[in-house]
Amino acid sequence: MEEFKVLEIKKSVFSCNEKHAEELRGQLKEKKIFLLNLMSSPGSGKTTTLTRTIETLKEKLRIGVMEADIDSDVDAKTISNLGVKTIQLHTGGMCHLDANMTVQGLKGLGTEELDLAILENVGNLVCPAEFDTGAVKNVMILSVPEGHDKPLKYPLMFSVCDVVLINKVDVLPYFDFDLEICKKNILMRNPKAKIIPISAKTGEGLQQWTDWLLNEVRAWKK
Amino acid sequence: MHELGIVFHIIDSLKEVGEENHLKKIAKVTLEIGEVSGVLEEYLQSCWRWASDRTELLKGAALTVEKISAVTFCEDCKQTYSTTEFGKTCPYCKSERTYLVAGNEFNIKEITAC
Repeated sequence: MEEFKVLEIKKSVFSCNEKHAEELRGQLKEKKIFLLNLMSSPGSGKTTTLTRTIETLKEKLRIGVMEADIDSDVDAKTISNLGVKTIQLHTGGMCHLDANMTVQGLKGLGTEELDLAILENVGNLVCPAEFDTGAVKNVMILSVPEGHDKPLKYPLMFSVCDVVLINKVDVLPYFDFDLEICKKNILMRNPKAKIIPISAKTGEGLQQWTDWLLNEVRAWKK
Repeated sequence: MHELGIVFHIIDSLKEVGEENHLKKIAKVTLEIGEVSGVLEEYLQSCWRWASDRTELLKGAALTVEKISAVTFCEDCKQTYSTTEFGKTCPYCKSERTYLVAGNEFNIKEITAC
């Protein structure tokens, strides 16, 4: 019988995932594919925003979409109607995607001849923020009806995002949502965040968002 | 749901450690978890039992959790205070220019293995 000994590990639980995420980013850089991780709570208008984004960019970029949900394929159907490559990922009850699941998703999607792969993460403001998916940039959508205090309640989500889209600004007059306070709350958590108020419904602000995305994809491919 | 995903990550990390150190069996795992890391120990324990028993390396392994208190630092008055008690706003000078210095940890501290 061998003797048990104590081994000091001192390793973050997330370090394994972070390593896989870094490896994925390296591969994407080599293949010149830009991976965007899109996060938000359920009902913030992720799929509608994505639809408008694809309509604007599909002539300029070859786009593929991975729709992650716990179940169903309603979002994937909506997106595939736009004529872009789409795959539905089922997390089977899990609340987020990690780097390995993203690698599998990209395999299923097939990344040959793609410039931009978009991962629509599970609708959730907690767990997706903790797991690096290997994406080049992280973007989240906060919608007006959710309230301007969300950055205070879900600080990690706002601190990992490169861009925060504030969606549904067309309904601002009907809600006690203070855009300036919201911006202040976001910047307090993440001074580098780029904040773009949009309305996926009316199209307001979408140009600034799609310009940003197009520039980022082009810069990545250089 | 959240805890189960995390347990899978712990198990993946431990499998790597096991391979690196040629381990046959891990009997005990000690984690260090920050107070504001958003993980509930009770859920973590039950997910651990379910998932670890399904691996050869970790079958029956005990999980021990050491808590790390959450501490926030104020950039304006340079003092530290308890995060869970006062949150983002400094209790001394009411500044909101504060950041977490401890309490978000989620580490595998040590294991007992052969």
